[in-house]
Formats: sequence, structure tokens, C-alpha cells
Amino acid sequence: MIQEEMFMFSSRKIVIVWATMILMVFAVGCKKKIPTPPPPPPPVVEAPPAPPPPPAAPVIAQFAADPASIQRGQSSTLSWQVTGAATNVSINQGIGTVQNTGNQRVLPNDSTTYTLTVTGPGGNATRSATVTVTAPPPPPPPPPPPPKPTIEQRLFSDVRDAFFDYDKSDLRADARDALTTGANALKAILADFPNATIVIEGHCDERGSAEYNLGLGDRRSSSAKDLLVQLGVPADKLKTISYGKERPQCTESDESCWQKNRRVHFTPAQ
Amino acid sequence: MKRLVWFVVAPAAALMVLTAQDAKLYVQEGRRPALAIPDLRGDAQAQPFMGAFNDTLWSDVQGSGYFKMVPKTMYPKANPQQASEWRQPQPAVQPPPGRKRTAEPSPPQNGGGLWLTDWSSAPVSADHIAFGYTAVQNGVLVLYGWLYDLGRGSQTIGARYLASTVDQAGARQIAHQFAADIIAQFGGKSLFGTHIYFTSNRTGHKEIWGMDPDGGNQRQITNFRDLSIQPAASPDGGKIAFTSWVHTNPAIFVFSVEPVRDLRFYNQRASVNSSPSFTPDGKQIVYSSSAPSDRCCRIFVANLDGSGLRPISSAGFIDTEPKINPKTGNQIAFVSGRSGPQQVYRMNMDGSDVERLTPGEGEASNPSWHPGGQIIAYAWTRGYATGNFNIFTMDVASRAYTQLTHSEGRNENPSWAPDGAHLAFMSTRSGPHQIWTMLADGTQARQLTTQGSNETPVWSK
Repeated sequence: MIQEEMFMFSSRKIVIVWATMILMVFAVGCKKKIPTPPPPPPPVVEAPPAPPPPPAAPVIAQFAADPASIQRGQSSTLSWQVTGAATNVSINQGIGTVQNTGNQRVLPNDSTTYTLTVTGPGGNATRSATVTVTAPPPPPPPPPPPPKPTIEQRLFSDVRDAFFDYDKSDLRADARDALTTGANALKAILADFPNATIVIEGHCDERGSAEYNLGLGDRRSSSAKDLLVQLGVPADKLKTISYGKERPQCTESDESCWQKNRRVHFTPAQ
Repeated sequence: MKRLVWFVVAPAAALMVLTAQDAKLYVQEGRRPALAIPDLRGDAQAQPFMGAFNDTLWSDVQGSGYFKMVPKTMYPKANPQQASEWRQPQPAVQPPPGRKRTAEPSPPQNGGGLWLTDWSSAPVSADHIAFGYTAVQNGVLVLYGWLYDLGRGSQTIGARYLASTVDQAGARQIAHQFAADIIAQFGGKSLFGTHIYFTSNRTGHKEIWGMDPDGGNQRQITNFRDLSIQPAASPDGGKIAFTSWVHTNPAIFVFSVEPVRDLRFYNQRASVNSSPSFTPDGKQIVYSSSAPSDRCCRIFVANLDGSGLRPISSAGFIDTEPKINPKTGNQIAFVSGRSGPQQVYRMNMDGSDVERLTPGEGEASNPSWHPGGQIIAYAWTRGYATGNFNIFTMDVASRAYTQLTHSEGRNENPSWAPDGAHLAFMSTRSGPHQIWTMLADGTQARQLTTQGSNETPVWSK
């Protein structure tokens, strides 16, 4: 019984497959024969009018300094040429608006970069040119101003010693002359050195006792001071010191040296 | 005038008059005892210092001026080293009759130095002999020293001296002590232990220096590196006063010397305060000042700190170098230009009775009182060109003077020694300014300094 059934099933299935296959063949042949409608055409757009050609940007054809390097004090010439539409052409560094083409003499003190700026409907443009300034060789330095003489130098050059006779403290004619000239010089020196005090040193030659000469030197410096005060030198700016025979400027035992040591001498107070 | 002649003719006698008052042994005027001092020897430890010892002993005794020193070259070969070594000459033995004389050795004619007569007779011809020896005993340098009177044949000194150190300084110390004892036997005073202060520029600046009276132990007192001059010594020797420019104008300073210390003298405001010296009581300073006119100078007196000052001399002249009579304390010798060139004057302590001591001839300065208060030494140009000083002495009462130096350079700044028999002074006789000493009769000049320029000695206790 089973066999039979099997058999029976088999035969029926084959029929179905075949039928299906035939149907499928038929089905395909039916589609080609009936096409779908095409899509509608796109809507017609109106083309815009053609734009006018854009204006050309201005062009800096040339901007240069000649010479590019100068020594201070010399000049250089800037020259430029702008093409194209430009509404404004200017150079900085204080030059300002210029023609499209031109040149300009410049005298920069130091190295300077010039910028040419061009504006126009087509755009802007800039370009730079540098003038390098080198320092000229320095001139010889001016002679230094003479140094202000010190009070020591002034006293040395302007106020002469006054000399004395042996064992005397009164003023000889030559001592009076020296001190009269010295008084004016002292006044000038004291004007230039208002804080200074002047020491009048009294000196003696090697003869006579050291103690006595200390007194003699004191009297010599006092005599000199008295005359100077009389001649208008302020007394409070003058101070006397006796060195007796302790500070000779020479030590030979002859009249020439002795005379050199019998003197009053001027120094600034410490 | 008679007196003046006597001073000029017999300076040596003057010395003896000055010093013989308290002599233990009578010294004949004009004749000094002849003294022999053979070199002393020491034991092995002491001998290395005996060169210094013998030099010091000889120089002290000779320098005292009391003796005629017998040169060592004349001495016998040997000498006693202690008193027990003296030998008696053997009595001349009379040969017994009948014997041959030739068999007997002739008796010695001398003791080879061990007889007193070896020293008292020619060629030595000494009146006295000093001898002895040294040794190091228990670590101490000891001198055994004797002095013999050859005429009397008796011992004058036999003493032991102990040095405080075993070295040259110790040897010099006992030599000074032995010499002092010898000099004292003849009425003298040893200068051992005294000091001389002076001015020296050897450091490049004039400073005050000190030294022993034989020139030893030279030491710097001030160190101002400026200008400091004119030392004076207090009567007790403990202080000095001097003038310095260290505070700009010349001003007076008072220092103690041991230790060296500034005792702060107040200077009155003046362009010159200078030339200080002490009063004999040591309590005040006399000095020269330009106050109040700044026109030098009057003599002032003030306390040791400068307080209580008052002028003594009148204004109008250069008065300086005040020196008070050390014996009486009531008169001042000073230098003044009141009659022309500088001269030596005297006045009372209150400034009265001003008298010129020097006759007015030439220039006279630097008075220094003899300890006895009757005589001054001073510097004077009499007979020489201006500035060419020599040392003189003057009897103040009679004004009779004696010249001690003669044409040997410039001679200034005399200062009496405490013994009253010596003077320190400055002389240029050897070239630069140097300190010398001499006897008060001008003999035995001796140079004490050699370095730099040295001046204004003052002889202190």
C-alpha cells in the first residue's frame, strides 16, 4: 500500500512543477508586450542673461627704489607704474596719494620700507620697496672740551708765591705785586669754587731755629692774608698755616734756595 | 770778664765743678783717674754674650767722662778674674854669702798681670782696675765684678749682679749696672735707664722717637704719618709733649710714654700752638701760641690738659722755646725776636723782668737748663755765618759763656742729661742731621743715630 501511495505522489508533483514552469513562461511573455508610460518631461527653465565680464584688478607693474641703498644724507628715487583700473594710488611714509605712474625723490634718514597701495574696482594691490640707509663714516670727533681746571691747578697757575727777606715778615714790593695780582685771581677762583677755603702757607729757609721759624712763617702768612683781605678777598675764605722750615721746596744751602723757601704759598684747604 | 776767660780756658775744669759736689772719692780738678778694664770672660754658656757685655761696660764707663780709659793694648797678658787671684810680688831674696849668684834664678820682675803693680806701673799706669767674670748658674746669668784701687791696694767694689735674661740684653743689663756702680764711686750718676726722645724722618714722616742714652733700643713713639716735632719730657720721665700738624695747624700733644697714649691736650684756637715744655712740678705746660691775634707768638702756661691757660709774655714779638728753671721753677728762659735776630731771654714766671741773656750778636736759640738751674746750654751763631750754630753754655748769673763745638758742621738743640755732665745735641758733622752726645766740656762726642734725619733730642729721666 505504501508503494502505491508513493507512486501516486510522485506523479502528481511532477505535473505541478511542469505546470508551474509553463505558467511562468507564459507570464513573462505577457509583460513585454504592455510598457509603462514615460515620466513627464522636466519643466522648462528660462536661462539667465549672460553676466558682463568682471572688471580687471589693478596691477602694480613696478615699484622700486633706485638706488636701493644710500648713505645717510643721500637721496633715492622711488618709481612706480600701476596698470589697470585704480581709484587710488598712495605711498605711505608721508608721501600720500600719487599718480598711477611716477617717481618721487626720498631722503630717508634711516632704512625705510615704502609701501605702494593701489585700490581699484577690480581689487587692491600692495607692493613694497625698501631704501637701506647706511651711516656714513663718522666725522672725526670734535675736540673734547677742555677739562675744568681743578682748584689746585687754578691756584698753581694764577696765584704766585710771595717772597720775603731773611728773618722778615713784612711784604717787599715784589711780594705786594704778586699778592695784588693774586687777590683778583683768588676772588675769581673763590667764585668758581664757592665752598673752597684757601690756605696761605708760611715757609722759611733752613737758617735759624725750627721753633723761631715756625713763628716767622706764621707772621709771613698773616701779612699776606692782611693784604689780601684789604684787597677784597673774604677773610673767612683764607686760613693761615705756618710750616716754619719743615717743608722746604729745596734743600741746598745757598741763597738761591733760601730765597725760594722764604715764601707764602697757596693751597686749597683739605 | 775774668770768669769768662776762666770758662773758655778751662772747660774741663768747669765740668768737674758741676759734678764733683757729691763725689764720694775726691777727683782732682782737671785730672781724671786712669781706669783699666780688661775684657771679662764668661763660662761656656755666658761667653757668647760677652762681646756685648764688654762693649757696654766700656762705653758706659768711658762715656761718663769721669775716667781716663787706659787702652786695652797696653794691658799685661793676664789679669785676675776674681779678687783671690791677686798675687803678692815675692820679696827680693838676698843671696846667702858664699853661694854663686848665677845658680839662683832671678826673681820675676812682674806678676804677668796678677800683681797690682803690673797695672799701676808703666806702661799701664792705671789708678783703678775693674775686672770679674760671668757664668750661668741655675739658669741665671751672673756677673761677679770687682773694682780695685791700685794706689791703696784695696777693693772698692766686690759685688754680684743678676741678669733677668740669659741673652745679650741680659748681658748689657748687668754691664750697665756694674758701670753705674763704678761711676757712682766717683760721684757720677749713670745714665743707664734714662731716655732720649727726638724727631726722626726715617719712616718718611717726621715722628717722635725714643732711645737709650747709648743709642740702643730706638723705637717709634708717634705714628701720625704727618709732621710731628719738638719733643719735651716731663720731669718724672713719664710723659712727653710735642708739636704736630696732624690736625692741620701746629698743635700741642701730651703723651704718656709707657704705654704710649694720647693724654689729650686741649689746644686753644690759634694758627700756632707749639714748642711745649713742662714745669718742674710736672703739672703744667709752657708753650708758644699765636692766640688771640694769629700773629705768632706769646708764651702761655696751661694745665696738662690745656685748661687754665694764661699768657705770660706780652704780645708783639715771636716768643718761643720757653724753658723753666728746673731748680727754682721761678724763671723762664726763652727765645725772642723782640730786639732783632733771635736771642735768648729770661723772665719771671709772671712775665716781669725780661732780660736778654745773649749779647745780641748773631742768633741764639734752643736754651736748655742744666739740672742745677745755674747754667743753660744753647745754640749760637757767634763767630759764624747766619744759620751756622754751635753749642755754647752760659752761666746765667754772670752771662759768662763757653763754646763747646767748633766748626764741625752745624750743631743745635742741646739738651742736658739728668747727670748734668752730658749733653745730647743735633749735629751735621757727619753729613745729615744726627743725634750726638758729648761731655759738657765738648769732649767724647758720640753719634747715636744713623738712619734718616734726626734732630731735637731731649734727654729725659
